[in-house]
Amino acid sequence: MTAIGAKPCPTLSRPKGAPVYLDYQATTPCDPRVVEAMLPWFTEKFGNPHSRNHLYGWEAEEAVEKAREQIAAIIGADAKEVIFTSGATESNNLALKGVAHFYKDKKNHIVTVVTEHKCVLDTCRYLEQEGFQVTYLPVQANGLIDLAELEAAITDQTAIVSVMAVNNEIGVIQPLAEIGALCRKKGAFFHTDCAQAVGKIPLDVNAMNIDLMSISGHKIYGPKGIGALFVRRRPRVRLVPLITGGGQERGMRSGTLPTPLCVGIGEACAIAQAEMASEAERLTGLRNRLLGGLRQRLPEIYVNGDLDNRIPGNLNISFAFVEGEGLMMGVKELAVSSGSACTSASLEPSYVLRALGVDVEMAHTSLRFGLGRFTSGEDIDFAIDHIVEAVEHLRAMSPLWDMHLDGVDIKSIQWAEH
Amino acid sequence: MAYSDKVIDHYEHPRNVGALDKDDGAVGTGLVGAPACGDVMKLQIKVSAEGIIEDAKFKTFGCGSAIASSSLVTEWVKGKTLDEAASIKNTDIAQELALPPVKIHCSVLAEDAIKAAIADYKKKSGKDEEAAE
Amino acid sequence: MSRAVYLDHNAGAPARPEVAAAVAEALLHGGNPSSIHASGRAARQRIEQARAQVAALVEADPAGVIFTSGGTEANALVLAGCGRIIRMASAVEHPSVLDAGIDRIIPVDGNGIVDLAALDAMLAAESGLALVSLMLANNETGIIQPVAEAAALCHARGALFHCDAAQAVGRMKLSIRYFNADFLTLSAHKMGGPSGVGAVVMADPEFRMAPILLGGGQERRRRAGTENLSGIVGFGTAAALAGDDLSGGDTISEICGLRDRLEREAARMVPEARVIGQAVARLPNTTCLALPGLAGQTQVMALDLAGVAVSAGAACSSGKVTESRVLAAMGLEPEIRGSAIRISMGRDTRSEDVDCFLAAWAELARRKGYTVNGAAAAA
Repeated sequence: MTAIGAKPCPTLSRPKGAPVYLDYQATTPCDPRVVEAMLPWFTEKFGNPHSRNHLYGWEAEEAVEKAREQIAAIIGADAKEVIFTSGATESNNLALKGVAHFYKDKKNHIVTVVTEHKCVLDTCRYLEQEGFQVTYLPVQANGLIDLAELEAAITDQTAIVSVMAVNNEIGVIQPLAEIGALCRKKGAFFHTDCAQAVGKIPLDVNAMNIDLMSISGHKIYGPKGIGALFVRRRPRVRLVPLITGGGQERGMRSGTLPTPLCVGIGEACAIAQAEMASEAERLTGLRNRLLGGLRQRLPEIYVNGDLDNRIPGNLNISFAFVEGEGLMMGVKELAVSSGSACTSASLEPSYVLRALGVDVEMAHTSLRFGLGRFTSGEDIDFAIDHIVEAVEHLRAMSPLWDMHLDGVDIKSIQWAEH
Repeated sequence: MAYSDKVIDHYEHPRNVGALDKDDGAVGTGLVGAPACGDVMKLQIKVSAEGIIEDAKFKTFGCGSAIASSSLVTEWVKGKTLDEAASIKNTDIAQELALPPVKIHCSVLAEDAIKAAIADYKKKSGKDEEAAE
Repeated sequence: MSRAVYLDHNAGAPARPEVAAAVAEALLHGGNPSSIHASGRAARQRIEQARAQVAALVEADPAGVIFTSGGTEANALVLAGCGRIIRMASAVEHPSVLDAGIDRIIPVDGNGIVDLAALDAMLAAESGLALVSLMLANNETGIIQPVAEAAALCHARGALFHCDAAQAVGRMKLSIRYFNADFLTLSAHKMGGPSGVGAVVMADPEFRMAPILLGGGQERRRRAGTENLSGIVGFGTAAALAGDDLSGGDTISEICGLRDRLEREAARMVPEARVIGQAVARLPNTTCLALPGLAGQTQVMALDLAGVAVSAGAACSSGKVTESRVLAAMGLEPEIRGSAIRISMGRDTRSEDVDCFLAAWAELARRKGYTVNGAAAAA
């Protein structure tokens, strides 16, 4: 076995004419080292990891268990506490519905946050329809929750508190250790959606008193279609499964484990763990270069969310008086997103930005830049040039920019909302 | 979503961006939409003594489809009488630009902008009653 | 490590080379299909192409295809997604059906075929809406159910009909219209696709299947979560290849020929041996072979030592070494069902593999005191 991190990080060459990818919070390209680790498991070592009677099954089982250990290692868990799922959406659904349903005779209250991923919010709404009480905590202007408000929200009826570690749109990091301590003190389970956090910031399920943690493969340079859920054994967290039959994953998640995908997410965790510290430093430098370059050349731009408590690879900026989707079209040499990729088909401005108290007007002007493993300094300089050009082009076309230059406050105008 | 070639062309090479003197009696200005809704269009027309639109300018805050819709209508209204311009329908704009269903409101806004500019011109030149006859 | 002769394709099968290539390409160049920039749109296009390929294999409307993480999730989705309903399933269904809140079990006969008269009577006795789940082919025996007849009967009684075709897809012609099923379950990895992907196919794309995974509007709001792009692309590729095989290629009949020879020879060499379900229609690749008096587990272990990989019962329960629920439901005597092994072939199975199996199995029987007639005839 090669030592983790022994293989240098490959560079992904950008096909000629392809846009510069700056959307690492939507998804990450699979690392070629991960793909290489996965490939033999499709064609040569194709056994079912649950077959216990022959080499094909054993070698697949061994690979799956190694991957489970690699996932456990990056979050400080025991491998027995990690179950495989089809992705973070399933992990979040399973954690919330699973705990709520198992403990429903004793407790009926859930606490979560308004800026959670849609799959957490939709699951909570579903549980409300089933009769559970849900408290949706607000966030402060910087995107972080107020711990005093959280403490006040937890009651002896609270079964589970679900707070994401890192927000997918604005990249802010919630105070996990403090939240964990509060939950432990008050006797509620602490679930955290770590899809955007694993491999980006140090995580330790014991130090942070985390009881359940959702993990995604494709946000950490692993494959899509695989995720994991950490489920604490001591004190034990119990779940009602969503998918039954076969009894795999300690009865919490049935279905044949897809060996190549398990190997992929495991390898992705191992690489991320080995490279996290140096990568964080590199990305922080690139992000500062991006923000500095834009600020130097463009007035009236605003960073959404706390800049200090934020993962290195995220920047969310409002470009005042320029509409975000129009701007995206203007920077077609860049792959970026305006709001969350999941919601961008709708015309509603981001609910996350709205929750921070960002004006609807400004929410419409936001772009999310996601930087990652294959982002280079050249990419950043290229991005700055194109963004500046597009913003200037669109501002020259914007009636609101004219008003701003004329000193007219656009809020003072009676707009006919349509 | 994929934009049509015509939308991209108007977005990249917008026709008639700019402003006319809003205090000129021959100029009608329409300002429609709202920043909170993600699009604002300002459309201005300059009308000759014969009632022909001889110039049109726009400025738009919005997505590519909104920019393209306003750019397109500045081309369309030029050389038309006020009545002809007022008869431009949002469906014509949507069809010309092959707008997807979620972007139909951009064409509606452009139609509104024409109507608002004409109304402003008529109001300024005291032709409201004349038009009503 | 020398590779054993692999005859356990119903548990896991290699992805076809074209599939592996497509998967690798999608892994390296995948975007998020929900993103609106170019890489997202390219990913979306590849998913829709795969959806059309999978739909074509079962003659369905692509809009009715909901991609899932596999056959187990697909079964869970159908059984949970139809609302308040009486759920009925045959006694030989996969555990992912039987453990998903089934209210009534439909008996099967000694050949493992569902008792249609009993089903009809059960439906007649229900006042509420029912959903009947019946597999197309059994994973342990390969026995094929009279799905079209069962569907007709269900529809005559106003019930919904679900067919779990996870084991059958790609191995026999399969049409949602011909079977008249309301829902099909498909799995990719048994037909040369990657593991970790499957689908529910709905005959009516507008059916309001209630999702079990919430959040995000993927799969037309019926299954949230970022799509397994590489898996779905691989599934589509495998479906297209399977479609070619089924419409004219020799692969299926070659596999069937090997299977028939194995069964003929096994019965000739050891007359006590018995092929389960031999009298009825079965998948071309599956043999469930009982050797009364010799435990299935013992046979599997001895064959493994001899370099032949087969299984006893289904893979997902074989770790527990429990008796087969399927064979018990067929009313087989304990010494038959306890002595059964499953041999399942794939497109990479060769005539020599069959010879290896027969030699190892006959040798085992001889050691255990069975009278064995002559050596296996050459291929």
